[in-house]
Amino acid sequence: MAGQGMSASLLQLENVTIRFGGLTAVSELDLQIGAGELVGLIGPNGAGKTTVFNLITGVYQPTAGKISFASAPTAKLKAHHLARRGIARTFQNIRLFSSLTVFDNVRAAAQLHCERRVINSLWRGRAFREGEQEIARQVMELLEIFQLGKFRDESAKSLPYGDQRRLEIVRALATKPKLLLLDEPAAGMNPTEKVELARLIRFIKDKFQISILLVEHDMQLVMEICERIVVLDYGIKIAEGNPDEVRKNPKVIAAYLGD
Amino acid sequence: MNSGAKRFLIAAILVAAVVSAFSAQFNRYYLGVVIDIGINVILAVSLNLINGHTGQFSLGHAGFMAVGAYAAAKISIVFSDKIPAQLAPVLFVAALLSGGLLAALSGLAVGVPTLRLRGDYLAIVTLGFGEIIRVVLQNMESVGAASGLKNIPHDTNLFWAWAFAAITVFVVTSIVNSTYGRGFIAVHDDEIAASSIGVNPVRYKVTAFVFGAFFAGIAGGLYAHHKQFLSPTGFDFLKSIDIVMMVILGGMGRTAGVIVAAVLLTLLPEFLRGFAEYRMILYSLLIIVLMILRPQGLFNFKNPWRAKA
Ligand SMILES: Nc1ncnc2c1ncn2[C@@H]1O[C@H](COP(=O)(O)OP(=O)(O)OP(=O)(O)O)[C@@H](O)[C@H]1O
Ligand SMILES: [Mg+2]
Repeated sequence: MAGQGMSASLLQLENVTIRFGGLTAVSELDLQIGAGELVGLIGPNGAGKTTVFNLITGVYQPTAGKISFASAPTAKLKAHHLARRGIARTFQNIRLFSSLTVFDNVRAAAQLHCERRVINSLWRGRAFREGEQEIARQVMELLEIFQLGKFRDESAKSLPYGDQRRLEIVRALATKPKLLLLDEPAAGMNPTEKVELARLIRFIKDKFQISILLVEHDMQLVMEICERIVVLDYGIKIAEGNPDEVRKNPKVIAAYLGD
Repeated sequence: MNSGAKRFLIAAILVAAVVSAFSAQFNRYYLGVVIDIGINVILAVSLNLINGHTGQFSLGHAGFMAVGAYAAAKISIVFSDKIPAQLAPVLFVAALLSGGLLAALSGLAVGVPTLRLRGDYLAIVTLGFGEIIRVVLQNMESVGAASGLKNIPHDTNLFWAWAFAAITVFVVTSIVNSTYGRGFIAVHDDEIAASSIGVNPVRYKVTAFVFGAFFAGIAGGLYAHHKQFLSPTGFDFLKSIDIVMMVILGGMGRTAGVIVAAVLLTLLPEFLRGFAEYRMILYSLLIIVLMILRPQGLFNFKNPWRAKA
């Protein structure tokens, strides 16, 4: 077998297709992401980018094709199983827990790695209290890294838009993922915030040693930080390569101009 | 926060014990009302875990209460003259717990298939469940059928009612305020986001439902040993609505508010004895007023859970 020698990819999509009634939203897509890679996924509106995220995270099951993560097939696994295996995401339309505080939004995600269950929360013994303190410490550490610590007791939905986007990233990171999917993290951000975001995404990749798949409409941002870019149009992969190759690709130019 | 919750529990049980020791001096009527309050607090706080914190809509709480009430009462009746008198409290608690467990089991049986479906189904299925329980009890000769179950030992006193109310409040707030318990509110707010961070929405919903049913069963057992008589009609749809009203009035997901509402809605009918038939009209008016004050919709009540961790 190929095994160890090959640079084993973390995420692998083979021939993945999904149809919604008559509409083929994603068609025979091949996609690989290696450990520690930062890959961009771009394409015009309705190209199928968010659908690819939903396929990877188990929100949708593919009509045909195969997806595997960390060398194991993901067929039939639900979103919460895949989160446990190490896939985390943010949402194009921010989905924070609106009745929880900033701190608790992240704490809810941190529970993934605490095996304390109902009974422990009732008995509240020493192990439970120490566990809760440890989680609180980790949550605060994450919030501080992203300069959100000062908002810890604010309601999540009261934050400015850009901060809500960053809080969603922090929440995703609190699950300690191997792969992070970011769906248009720069949407609604001003130019200064976008520059800061680019720095942040690189920082996350290095500091947490994870792979990132980035969907983003801001071309400058994508070209600047991605090592490899995949272009979708009407659910079909029309190009793949480094930023320069993609920028010059006539199919890509046509897809964007024709849009 | 942690030791605070435990301290509350111990303090509340001590207060219940001390007050209960003097209960012989109280007017019997008032004593009865105070016990009713304890039972209703259990019902409302446990339903709040399902309808408030987890964002489900169950209309079956009276059904689970009936399961607990009849099971506990039957156990007491069958065994009370077969054991020495000093073991009576042990039998009583065992009967209550059995009633609670049986209610929890029926909660599991109803919850597992329905909670996989979308929210609205739960209301319909639990409504049906409550009615089925009532009809079954009405036809079960061994529990007195339509004429009711009589001669239940008078074991519920102020201490037991309040001690179990304190335990219910403790259990529900402890679960919800733990890191694990943030998952209930996460499911309430956004199921897709909740599953994206590894929270299994179905599992949380079933857990809330089973815990809620357990305490409804306990409340039923307390009720049975308080009134000493059970009739299937006492556990009809309107009884479930009574409990739902407490949760809505108190503000879904806010335990303190729900306790206040349980107290108020226990006292209100007592003050308005003469107008008993108009109670449902009054409730309807209450709902309308609430609707006007909360145009975002009653079942969509969202409020920041400010946990001091
Ligand atoms: N659940 C669904 N049912 C039916 N059609 C769907 C569903 N989800 C997505 N689609 C369709 O699939 C196509 C791709 O949608 P998708 O949201 O993946 O696009 P996108 O590339 O993320 O676009 P945008 O840049 O606007 O976010 C669209 O035509 C959309 O209407
Ligand atoms: Mg999209």
